[in-house]
Amino acid sequence: MAFEIIESCVNCYACEPLCPNQAIYAASPHFLIAAEKCTECIGDYMDAQCASICPIEGAIIDEMGVALNAPGSLTGIPPELLAKIDQQGTAAVL
Amino acid sequence: MQLPVLNSESSGAAKSGCSSHSCGSTDDQLGHLPEHIRQKVHNHPCYSEQAHHYFARMHVAVAPACNIQCNYCNRKYDCANESRPGVVSEVLSPDQAVKKVMAVAATIPQMTVLGIAGPGDPLANPERTFDTFRQLSEKAPDIKLCVSTNGLTLPDCVEELAKHNIDHVTITINCVDPDVGAKIYPWIFWNNRRIRGREAAEILIAQQQKGLEMLAERGILVKVNSVMIPGVNDEHLAEVSRIVKAKGAFLHNVMPLIAEAEHGTYYGVMGQRGPTHEELQKLQDQCAGDMNMMRHCRQCRADAVGLLGEDRGQEFTLDKIEAMDIDYEAAMVKRAEVHAQIARELEIKQAAKDAKQQLVAIEGLKAKGPATRPVLMAVATKGGGVINEHFGHAGEFLVYEASSEGVRFIGHRKTTPYCEGGDTCGDGESALDQSLRVLQGCEVVLCSKIGYEPWGPLEAAGITPNGEHAMEAIEDAVAAVYEEMRSAGKLAESAAVQKAA
Ligand code: SF4
Ligand code: SF4
Repeated sequence: MAFEIIESCVNCYACEPLCPNQAIYAASPHFLIAAEKCTECIGDYMDAQCASICPIEGAIIDEMGVALNAPGSLTGIPPELLAKIDQQGTAAVL
Repeated sequence: MQLPVLNSESSGAAKSGCSSHSCGSTDDQLGHLPEHIRQKVHNHPCYSEQAHHYFARMHVAVAPACNIQCNYCNRKYDCANESRPGVVSEVLSPDQAVKKVMAVAATIPQMTVLGIAGPGDPLANPERTFDTFRQLSEKAPDIKLCVSTNGLTLPDCVEELAKHNIDHVTITINCVDPDVGAKIYPWIFWNNRRIRGREAAEILIAQQQKGLEMLAERGILVKVNSVMIPGVNDEHLAEVSRIVKAKGAFLHNVMPLIAEAEHGTYYGVMGQRGPTHEELQKLQDQCAGDMNMMRHCRQCRADAVGLLGEDRGQEFTLDKIEAMDIDYEAAMVKRAEVHAQIARELEIKQAAKDAKQQLVAIEGLKAKGPATRPVLMAVATKGGGVINEHFGHAGEFLVYEASSEGVRFIGHRKTTPYCEGGDTCGDGESALDQSLRVLQGCEVVLCSKIGYEPWGPLEAAGITPNGEHAMEAIEDAVAAVYEEMRSAGKLAESAAVQKAA
């Protein structure tokens, strides 16, 4: 039972001091979670702390590989539009 | 020469509207502030238009984390709206930051102000921010410190801020109404939870207001920044201005929203537009009755090092400062000498200006005729208060308004220098088109020189290029051109509409 930080992490440090288990550490090219220390915050907080402050959709995933913050859930940008921008670049919205 | 007629007559009168404190150069804007505040902002490169040319400020990126999301920000890139470096910029540890600041201060004695503004929210990184401030207060007491924040955790930090050599705090306040706030802030991180919508905005606003009051109580200067977002908070900002002033902010700075699709921000990709120059100016005028505005603010690049318009950041990369051996005691002596020298220079300049102003005031009284319509003029300058830049090299224009009441500084408009722009810039707009767009509303552009090529398009756009006042003082030249236009009968059309005050 552990979460994982993946490559879209922008190294903003926000999650690191919040972890009740000191499971998060700065690494290159991005922050990482020590799987053996992560409890998904159960017993400490209602919500996983790292996923509650992380500003990047998709940067933290669960064991199933599912993003804790889904596309569009933090910015409010409609997911279809995000997908379009991903494929065609910002020209898609001009 | 600012306000030839008004300046000497109305300064004592308690009049709202275009009264003496909101017109003229920013030095005059600060003129009505209480003495202890003037002392603090005097020679501050962010507050005094004049000091801007002589002193420098720098920022260090020690605070990467943020605790809120703004719709005009994308954490992946530098924030265009709040002079905040992006997370991709090199984040420094407090020790590295202190070393860098001292290296810069020793090399560039004009550097007097150190700010922490990001890349996230400085007060969401309290250990890193306060470690930097604590070390600098001790080791480099001749440097003023300032910090910018969204205000969410400000009330908890006031005590700590008061312990350091903090010159002023900037709070970004875009609203005082949670319904407006819900359209600007999608979420905040608060008490170990992500909170969204109206509830989030309500908490943020309450914290900002409380923090502002607590700072004012302790006598720490507070500046408020607002980003003007048309259709979202534009009509609301006059109210914001009133409230933050009542709670003790000494300056309210309204900045235009900068939103481009390629920034990937919510506003950018959703097509939210920024204000036009006219809209921004109108709002700044509306607020000016209540509050001093900082029209010369350039939303400067937060990570630039050096004097206005230069960036010497490359001289102070981590490996270079690592190799430097700094004797700050000796540097402080040298810095004090340089500061005193600049202060003398500024004093002489001011005295010359005062003497001139009196002469002009008398002339202005003689020349009283029917009121004429106001005219906007753009000026290309490298600084120093004179017209000394080629049209084609100008990366920005200073806009002045001339009217029968005098000449006043309105603001800056940025552009891509025509000669460097090549055929296209960004979205396929030529540099000349861009300049024409930013000059919209201006009838004259004053520069030291202008090529043959842009001449025609400028005239076609109703903007008269004028290179006849090269090296002259800006206000004098603007006044002279206005006078020429008056003599030529170009200002009469709406004279009937205008009423003499
Ligand atoms: S879920 Fe909780 S325990 Fe696991 S890394 Fe994130 S903050 Fe730490
Ligand atoms: S909060 Fe998200 S983006 Fe920031 S360091 Fe942690 S995982 Fe990376």
